[in-house]
Order: sequence, then C-alpha cells, then structure tokens
Amino acid sequence: MNPDEINEPIWKVPPPRASVMPARPPDPACQTITLQIDGRTVTVPAGTTLLQAASRLGLRIPTLCWAPTLTPINACRICVVEVEGARTLAPACARPAEAGMVVQTGSERVRLSRKLVLELLASSVALDRAPELLRLIQEYGADPERFGPSAAPADRRDARHAGHHHVGDGATAETVAQPVKVDNSLYVRDYARCVLCYKCVEACGTDAQHTFAITIAGRGFDARVSTEWDAPLPEGACVYCGNCINVCPTGALVFRTEHELREAGSWAPERQQETDTICPFCGVGCTLRVKVQDDKLVSVTSPPEVDVTGGNLCVKGRFGTSYVNG
Amino acid sequence: MDLKIHAPPPTTAERTAVDELLGPPAVVAHADRVRRGGPQVTRRDLLLPALHALQDRVGFLSEGGLGYVCERLRVPPADAFGVASFYALWSTVPIAPTVVHVCDDIACRRGGEALVTELGAALGPSGTNGGQTWKRSPCLGLCEQAPAAYVTRAGSPVFRTAFGNATITKIQAAFGGEDQSPSREGLSHFVPQTGSPGLKLLGRVGRLDPVDLDAHLGDGAFAGLQRALSIGPAAVRTEISGSGLTGRGGAAFPTGRKWDAVAAAPAQPHYLCCNADESEPGTFKDRVLMEWDPYAVLEGIAIAAFATGVEHAFIYIRGEYPLAEARLTEAIRRATARGLLGARLAGSGPPLTISVRRGAGAYICGEETALFESIEGKRGEPRSKPPFPVHVGLFGKPTLVNNVETLVNVPLILREGAASFAAVGGGASTGPKLFCVSGAVGRPGLYELPFGVTLREVLAVAGGTPRGLRSLLLGGAAGTFVGEEALDTPLTLEGTRKIGASLGSAVVMVFDHTSEPLDVIRRIAQFFRDESCGKCVPCRVGTQRLEELVARRLRGQPREGDELLREELGQAMRDASICGLGQTAHLAIDSGLRRLNPLPELAK
Repeated sequence: MNPDEINEPIWKVPPPRASVMPARPPDPACQTITLQIDGRTVTVPAGTTLLQAASRLGLRIPTLCWAPTLTPINACRICVVEVEGARTLAPACARPAEAGMVVQTGSERVRLSRKLVLELLASSVALDRAPELLRLIQEYGADPERFGPSAAPADRRDARHAGHHHVGDGATAETVAQPVKVDNSLYVRDYARCVLCYKCVEACGTDAQHTFAITIAGRGFDARVSTEWDAPLPEGACVYCGNCINVCPTGALVFRTEHELREAGSWAPERQQETDTICPFCGVGCTLRVKVQDDKLVSVTSPPEVDVTGGNLCVKGRFGTSYVNG
Repeated sequence: MDLKIHAPPPTTAERTAVDELLGPPAVVAHADRVRRGGPQVTRRDLLLPALHALQDRVGFLSEGGLGYVCERLRVPPADAFGVASFYALWSTVPIAPTVVHVCDDIACRRGGEALVTELGAALGPSGTNGGQTWKRSPCLGLCEQAPAAYVTRAGSPVFRTAFGNATITKIQAAFGGEDQSPSREGLSHFVPQTGSPGLKLLGRVGRLDPVDLDAHLGDGAFAGLQRALSIGPAAVRTEISGSGLTGRGGAAFPTGRKWDAVAAAPAQPHYLCCNADESEPGTFKDRVLMEWDPYAVLEGIAIAAFATGVEHAFIYIRGEYPLAEARLTEAIRRATARGLLGARLAGSGPPLTISVRRGAGAYICGEETALFESIEGKRGEPRSKPPFPVHVGLFGKPTLVNNVETLVNVPLILREGAASFAAVGGGASTGPKLFCVSGAVGRPGLYELPFGVTLREVLAVAGGTPRGLRSLLLGGAAGTFVGEEALDTPLTLEGTRKIGASLGSAVVMVFDHTSEPLDVIRRIAQFFRDESCGKCVPCRVGTQRLEELVARRLRGQPREGDELLREELGQAMRDASICGLGQTAHLAIDSGLRRLNPLPELAK
C-alpha cells in the first residue's frame, strides 16, 4: 500500500494476526566447516572469520582496525594471513573461513607484510602512546628509520585537495604531524597520532552512535578524519558520547583532562587507579571504568566485553561524572 | 538519525541546480512524518549527481550548496563532505568558474609541462579564484593526441570539452565556449584504420554519424541483440563462454564464467555496471568506442543484461569524457524512443533501463567495488573481496561488471558465432583486440589487430619508431617497462606474462632516446600517490614512500638500502593492499628502475 493513501493514523489498524506459526529458520550454526591453520585442523561454524577460527586454536593474530564491536573494515592490513592458492594475502579479520582452506598465520610472506605495515605506520604517525603497536614493532623487527628522517610538519593538512599534492625531493619522509585540535572542553583530537583505522568513524556512525559527526575526508596520504569543512566539533553533529575515544587505539582521541595533564607533564600512570562501577545517572546501569589520578577522576571508559554497554556510553556516563572531583 | 546542518542557506543558483535534478522539495505534512516514523526514504545514490549539479552550476561546492544537498537527500553533512573531498574534479574552495585541466601525465609529459608554463604566465598560479584558472591533471585518455586538456566552464548550462593537440589558442577558444572535440573527418588521424575493410570492433567508427540510429541499424546494429532474444539467455551465455572472451579492462577474467555466476545468483534484482571509468594512463580505447559507436556499447549492455537477468544497468563513465557521455546519453534516448531499450528490449524482450553516471576524477573508481561505492553515493573506497560482485555487488545485489571494450565484443560474438571469434588468437586471448599506441611512433592512435600479433607488428602498423626506441611501457601505469628484447613477444595474455609483463588495458607507449626515463617513472609514482584512496596502509603510505624513493633517485641521491626497501615495499603492497591499485602500483616503477643502469652513486 502506498503510504500516501493511508488516511487514518497507523496505530488504529493492527496488523492481521498470523494464522500459522512461522517455521524457525535453519540454524546457521548447524553448518560447520573444517580447515587447516598453521598445520592444525579446526572445525568452525560457517561464517566464522579466519581471525575467530585462529583464536579457537589459541593462535594470536595481531589486529589494529578490528574490534569485536565494530564491522570489519580491513583497512590496516596488519592481520593478513597466507591462504594457500591465493594470489595475495587475506585479512584474517574479514575473510570467512572456507572448507578445506589451508592457512599460514606466520609465514615469511605474512611477516614481511606486517613488518612493512608497521614501518609505514611508524614512519608517518606518532605511535608513542600506542603500546600494542610498539610491542609489535619490536616483535617484527620493524625499522621505521629506513625511510629516512621525518619531514617537518606540513601545514594545513585539512586543506589538501584530492588528486593534487606537493611532490617532495625524497630527502625526508612525509608524516601526518599536525597541531592538536582542542575545540571543546571534553576531549581533544590529536591527529598526528591517527593511523586512520576508521574505528572512530564507525563508532560515530552505523556501528554504535548513528550520529555521523565525523568522516574520512580527502584521499590517499592526505586522507584524514574530519568533520564537515573541518568545522570545530561544537559546530557539528557531535553529541559527545565519547565512543570514538573508547575505540581509538593510538591515543589520538583523549579526554581533555588527560591531554592537559600530559601537557603539564604531570600524567603519571603509576599514580593511577582504575575502578569499575555503575553509572549513577539512569536505570540502564552501564558499567563505568573510572580512572583516577591523585584522587581526581581523569577519564571514564567502559569495557567492551560488558554486555550492557559493549564499550559504549552516553555523554552523561562518559563526561558527566566529574562532579566527584568536587 | 537527526541531521544537524549548520550551513548557511544555498544561493538561488545552487538551490535551482539541485532542484532541477531532484525536483522541488516535497512538502510533508507533520501527520505524515509521524506516520512514516520520520522523513521519506531518500536516494543516497543521487549524491554524486547532486554534487555534479552544484559544481557544474557554480564551479565549486560551497557550504550552503552542500548543506542544501544534505537536507534534500538526508545525508549527514560530514558524510557528504567526505565524499565531496574525495573526488579531484570537485573543488571545496571557491575557484574560478572556468578551469582548464592540463594533462601532464606520461604521454603528455613534455607538451603538458610547456602548456602549464604558458598558462602560469598568462593566468597566474594554479587554482586561483578569478575568471579563469588552470590545474594539472592525470591522464585524460587522449594520449594519441598529446598534449591533452579538459576545459570546464560552470554555468547554466555547463560547458565541458576535452581535446588533444592542445595549444593556448585552442584552450582560449574553449574558454569562450567553442567545442574542441575532433570532427568525424579528422578522426582518421587518431584511428588510422578508419574505413578499412574487415574491422570487427572499429567497423563503424568514423564511418557513420555516431548517433544516427537509422544508419547504425542499416549497418547491422542490434542484429546481435535480435539473435540473443531468439536463442534465449542460456544459449547466449553458452556462446560467450564458447568464444573464450576475456575481460578487456585489464584483469582478463573469462566473461562467460562471470555471466553464468550472475545469472545463477539467487538474490534479486541483478544489476549491470558498464565500467567506462577508463583512467589507466595511456588508455583511450573505451573513449573512442563510446564516442564513435555508442550503439555498439548499448547493444553489448542489452545482450549482457538479457543473458544475466538484469533490468537496470548503469554506465559509470569518467568525468573527463564529456563527449562520450553526451553521445551515450543521446544514443540511449534515441534507442529508447525507438523501442529498442526501455519497457521491452527490441520490442519483445524483458525491460531494460540504462542510466549514465558520471565519475568525478578518481582512477580508483575503475576498480569494480569502488565503482559500486561511487554509484551508491559514497567515497570510492574498494570493498573486501570475497564476497565477489557476482554475489554481492551494487546495492548489495548480484552485479555484472564489464568493461566497455568487452561489451562491444559481445554483439560481434552473437552475430558471427563463438567459433569464428575463437578462431582468432588462442588460449585465453581470442578475438580482435584494441591497442592504444602512443608516444614516439609514426602514427599514434587506436589500432584493432587480431590477438597474437607481436609488439614489433603493432609498432610497424603504427608507423614504426622513427626517432628510435629506448623503452616501451606495456599495460599502462600499472604495467611494465620493456625494451627491444620484447619486440617479438606476441601481445597476448600468455605472451606478455611469459616476459614478466602484462597486457593490462593494451597500452603500448613508446619512449625514444630523448625521453627522460626517471622523470616518467617519477610521474607514475606521483600518479599512484594522487590516486590511492587512502583506505589501506600499504597503499596509502606505500605510494607516498615509493614517490619519495623515486624522487631521491631522480636527484641522483639514492640511499643505501633503497634497493631492498623498494623490493620489500613492492612485495608488501602487492601482497597486502586491498585492491588492484595498491597491488600493482610498484610494477612499472620497479621495472623502469631495473632497466636503468648503472645505479648512480649512493648517498652516504
């Protein structure tokens, strides 16, 4: 029926009652497939990704842009694995397991690609607040220095035009260095630390918040996380849920409190304490993980493994509890 | 989703431009909004056409204009800005309404640089906001007529013209609104075989008025479609499989197998995308076909759609091809009015709608999944495969993607039969093939030759290499540099593979001894740095690092370790990039640098 033809409010017309109970759809979990990973056989339900299948065997594949609560975007390519017979490597986070697949998670080819990905990232992005990446750089023997000394920060990265760029002389390695964006009282955006994993964009968009305040703008090496027209956050759609901060793996998005403590040189992890509690505001009962330094609250997160939040909070839980500081 | 649009109101011109495309805004009564649970469902896929409408009318995308599009299409402003800033032909800052895009890519390298210098002197620096300005451009697909230029003049209506053998005089005439596209009489300079007997793909090119439907019908156009309708979809697919036709876009996938997969896909509806985003530097074959025989493209689409159960097909054509877009649009209009397309294919078949969508300056959108994203109104970022387009493609439905040249082969196969098609060439390389020959040859142009000819024979047909031969680029910027040792290689998929090269889009670009190989290689590195979408790390940062590496070499100051770096970087890009762009970006650079000996002294 054309909705334009409805003349009375829809709630007066109840839907017709189903006369037959619909049949239960077939359980996809009933279909299983068997494959081989690193020489070991594993049987998993159809639809399982290689990453999940490998974790069943206790194999650890590094990830960066993947998160359990987000749709795999497979942008970082750190999780690539070798599938026998395939021309290229496959992203374990997104590739569904297939029957009879033979997968290597740590072959020489795999390790080389991971090493290069780490080198490319570390040579262009400040990673000193990304402990997991620093650990991987050690593990894979990555040497970001091989691209040469870092170039001086370029100005106005936000104004770059797609398809056009200044061609350098190759003496230095271009980076994404740029000033921190401090435009509101709740959190800061330090895109010199951004690896463009898309997690914040996904969390702001269809994977959590449906606010769509940020996007990826520009393209190629000039691609960047941005609001419309690079507008300050208070002029855009941001609702300050802070779910982007929760998923950021490199410290590019941090609480203003943390940023200021770091700027003042008084950020002291050894004096910090994390406590799980329940949000005091509404009846949902979200789990809050509260970080305190010197008896002052510095940040609020929520563990992604907690069912009630999946790591997400609203502005009140995230930023509304600073009253405890008195 | 609540839209928060903080933009200033659009100007009247902007509002009119958008409303002309989308229709006047509907007035929705409050009660209706409540009943529907929100605003009307919108057409996100109209985002690119709407942004084109703005750019065409006022010459750039303003905050007000973009805000109005967001309001009309219910697209979040940040999202729309991400799209607007992705495409090179759009400007998100005020810029002169008349712009000449000058190709400075590999085939136009020298002439393009000279033009840029002259334009700089006449109009000032690139991208100014005055009356007229200029911009550098990647390959415009007019390599046989180097140097090339593409002029856009915003207004109502917009004026767009792309032309070769560009001079300041021609550019100024184009600024004044004078169409500079080649006439049919002049075509024989660029398609030297025009009018020769026995041409299978170029038979009508230059011989018939390209949009005269009667002339084309009289020459056998749509006879292949008639036969297809009479033998049925399954038999058509058998013919295509039997012909051995492989994709002519560069990947050379067996066409019949793709068609079978789409036809068998249970999800509905099925879509077809004709990939006319030809942007591989050195490639211009699809442009010539679309400009001079648009009905052959439409017939190919119609047969493919019939064989795979498609009722809505899209032609995604690059924005720098205004003449091809105009001719195809006119051909669709005439063929629909004649009852060949539309409600019933050729009067008796199933329905078929063909929509033309214009790209906006992004090489990556020639990658099939990036092409879907672009048609859907998004940034042209490739998707992960699998799932493959034959199962999950445009709008998430099974989709057939074929290149223009591939589709133009289809009517031929239907007319002449699979056996006669397969009798030419062999293996995975059957049938006639178009070669884009440019650079230092006697007669650069588009040539149709049977699969199996050698490189030497192609060069001979194109007038030889009167100024000597230093190197050849096979397959475009994503291809391979070869030298004289390759002259007796048959230009087939198998033959080129044997010498470690690839046929790609059948580019044969010739460089003589006056060329500057390192400058050409650097331009290729710049091309990929500019065209990478930026989604995956190996390509986003890798193309930047490759460019830096070549720049060091060009300065004569490579570092110790650069050789190993290039090898490892190349392997990681090939192995770990999402799509073909990143996977092949290092190929030409690698092969080009390897040919350059001796190595300059290393910097300490």
